[in-house]
Amino acid sequence: MMDAAILASVLATVIAAATPLLFAALGELVTEKSGVLNLGVEGMMLVGAVTAFAIAVVTGNLHVGVLGGALAGALMALLFGVLTLTLMANQVACGLALTIFGIGLSALLGDSFVGIPLDGLPELDIAGLTDIPMLGTVLFSHDLLVYLGIAMVPLTALFLTRTRWGLVLRAVGENHEAAHGLGYSVIPIRYAAVAFGGAMAGIGGAYLSVAYTPMWVEEMTAGRGWIALALVVFAAWRPWRLLLGAYLFGGVSILQLYAQGGALFDVPSQVLAMLPYLATIVVLTVLSSRGVRALLAAPACLGKPFHAA
Amino acid sequence: MSVAAAAPPRLKLRGITKRFPGTLANDAVDLVVRPGEIHALLGENGAGKSTLVKIVYGLLAADAGEIRWDGKPVSIQSPNAARALGIAMVFQHFSLFDALTVAENVALGLPGSRSVEALAPVIREVGDAYGLALDPERPVHTLSVGERQRIEVVRALLQEPRLLVMDEPTSVLTPQEVERLFETLRRLRDAGVSILYISHKLDEIRELCDRATILRRGRVVATADPRAETAATLGALMVGGTIGGAAHHAGPASAAVRLEARALTLPAMSPTGTGLTGVSFAVRAGEILGIAGVAGNGQGELLAALGGEVATQPADALLLDGVPIGALDVRRRRALGLAYVPEERVGHGSVGELPLTDNVLLSGLRARVMGALGMLDRGATRRYAAEVVARFQVATTGIQAIARSLSGGNLQKFLIGRELMQGPKVLVCGQPTWGVDAGAAAAVHQALFDLANQGAALVIVSQDLDELFLLADRIAVLNRGRLSAPRPAGELDAEAVGLLMGGVHGETHDVAA
Repeated sequence: MMDAAILASVLATVIAAATPLLFAALGELVTEKSGVLNLGVEGMMLVGAVTAFAIAVVTGNLHVGVLGGALAGALMALLFGVLTLTLMANQVACGLALTIFGIGLSALLGDSFVGIPLDGLPELDIAGLTDIPMLGTVLFSHDLLVYLGIAMVPLTALFLTRTRWGLVLRAVGENHEAAHGLGYSVIPIRYAAVAFGGAMAGIGGAYLSVAYTPMWVEEMTAGRGWIALALVVFAAWRPWRLLLGAYLFGGVSILQLYAQGGALFDVPSQVLAMLPYLATIVVLTVLSSRGVRALLAAPACLGKPFHAA
Repeated sequence: MSVAAAAPPRLKLRGITKRFPGTLANDAVDLVVRPGEIHALLGENGAGKSTLVKIVYGLLAADAGEIRWDGKPVSIQSPNAARALGIAMVFQHFSLFDALTVAENVALGLPGSRSVEALAPVIREVGDAYGLALDPERPVHTLSVGERQRIEVVRALLQEPRLLVMDEPTSVLTPQEVERLFETLRRLRDAGVSILYISHKLDEIRELCDRATILRRGRVVATADPRAETAATLGALMVGGTIGGAAHHAGPASAAVRLEARALTLPAMSPTGTGLTGVSFAVRAGEILGIAGVAGNGQGELLAALGGEVATQPADALLLDGVPIGALDVRRRRALGLAYVPEERVGHGSVGELPLTDNVLLSGLRARVMGALGMLDRGATRRYAAEVVARFQVATTGIQAIARSLSGGNLQKFLIGRELMQGPKVLVCGQPTWGVDAGAAAAVHQALFDLANQGAALVIVSQDLDELFLLADRIAVLNRGRLSAPRPAGELDAEAVGLLMGGVHGETHDVAA
């Protein structure tokens, strides 16, 4: 019985650990579906995290903080959009620059907020459900953002596959010349997708600073933005597979924490800390070795600049 | 007909002018398309046909001129505006989305809010009515080129257009597919739809079209009834002079086999490609082997395997003068005398951003321009490039022009010239005159004949049947990665080859689900 309770709380922490990955990766998935590769997820998450924390501390309202984080992420993404979509700069270089910029900007903004305590986002007490043994702990002991993150999966999937706007967005990412030829506005559509990706990354960062570990520490995302990027490839640009991947990576990062604490293995803690990132590399290598099939999953115009002739 | 003549023209262009940097693409073009007629827009590549229809479809804005629709002046600012008037367009390079389904592709081409699900039965209905069978659920990348074009046509028809613009629609179709397309177009005309049909294929225009407007270098040079003209008179109007037919070469003696493929097998190189299965043939010195087939049946793989872009197992599946070359890369094959002109002129055949002087280096490095101590001899490169430009009459601003700045035909003359001047024993060439105007095509053909007459063996992969019948001594057909047994061109006609190209399959997929 004791073991079951431990297992339940471990699973609950996996779901929590997966949430920032889920937000950031879903946003990047939509961005990439429109044909834009934004490698600045880590930077957008950090700026989202520090903005959400600062606003939450100043206003005392956590939800306003999260909204502020989303807005900050979107603004970062729009900066990227201006560079790559309007000025047609190289997407890879700008994405890397956005991350480095985000690291610096978040450190600057967060300087006076280091060490300030904050009561994190409360767990929702859902009448009856939370008290179910095991299941209640695993599924119904979370805060609002966890549920929102999960809800975004079917919403994103429905948007992409069932709505006209989703269809147009995929078309733009698949063949921007043809989409332009049919009269769709490629650049505005990409701006919208990029801004959505930024907002989602911002919420992912906000979850870290106001819910997961309610505090501000420099570079507190610790590479989660990069894992989110890998997750999109892992998921072959499919939202439901992305949910699975987020839990898998969330699980690996929790396993790593328990392994360090419980000294399960006789290996240096640094090696265990590497686990999620090693898993990322392994997954990407295995996926890219599938060759032809993986090519079909990627949006055909991913990373290619578009200028109307 | 008298009623139609009395009504205002469906489309009337007056004085349409469009200037691009360096060229006048359209120079005061007048064009009248009446209701219920199939009107040909005829001209060589670069004559300004595509520019003109892009203006009509709202993709380009004219610098000057007037467009009248049903007698009223209109301004067509965007494709949406064109569609709102009732203009639909089937593009030369299909505007399709490979990863999406047929229904999704159709939905994207239609304005408004019809859902993808609701479109599926409509697509089947239109398909039945016009003989354009399509499965709405299938992803586009699994379809043949002919089926892809059907999507474009169905998409255009669902807009219930009053003017249908078709830009070189038959360049990728089998003869049987062309015949079906023509039936569809005639039925549309009989229903009162006007069709603006762009082509440089004279026989097609004489068979299909009611009137023809002929463009040359951006200007209208004539309006004619194509049925009252011969292919020769139309051709003369189009190029402004008679086209010198290439002299046929002597044909193969009982010469030695230069290039042989023995059960060549290769997996597909891209998600949309087709692998090769047991491809066998032998080409003798002085012989031209033509390989026909609809695009996507393994042509890319075959060219890559012959040219050396991919190695093949086992090494003796390919023999050059009896030497196994399957394991050798492009450079080593070149050293043995195998020249290769890839299908993609920019990207494979040349580096678009580099000047011609650097592009001759790509294949001529060893043969022509290596100087002392392994340093480049820049003088030799310039002489080489200048020689190619002079001998093959490449129209360019100079040997320092970048490859991408040349028109398709001129770049092709340059690429073939670059290979020919190295005196190859075997030449493998993909689509020698794709997108090349008639004058340049004749020059390319003559150069190929000359090479064969000098004792080289040639393998020509082309989708243009007329070209293969003109060039080849023997013709084989590539279908789904398998090559039919080569047969003397004299024993074949277009219909027989067409049946091999797609007759049994590639036709219809079972649409009833």
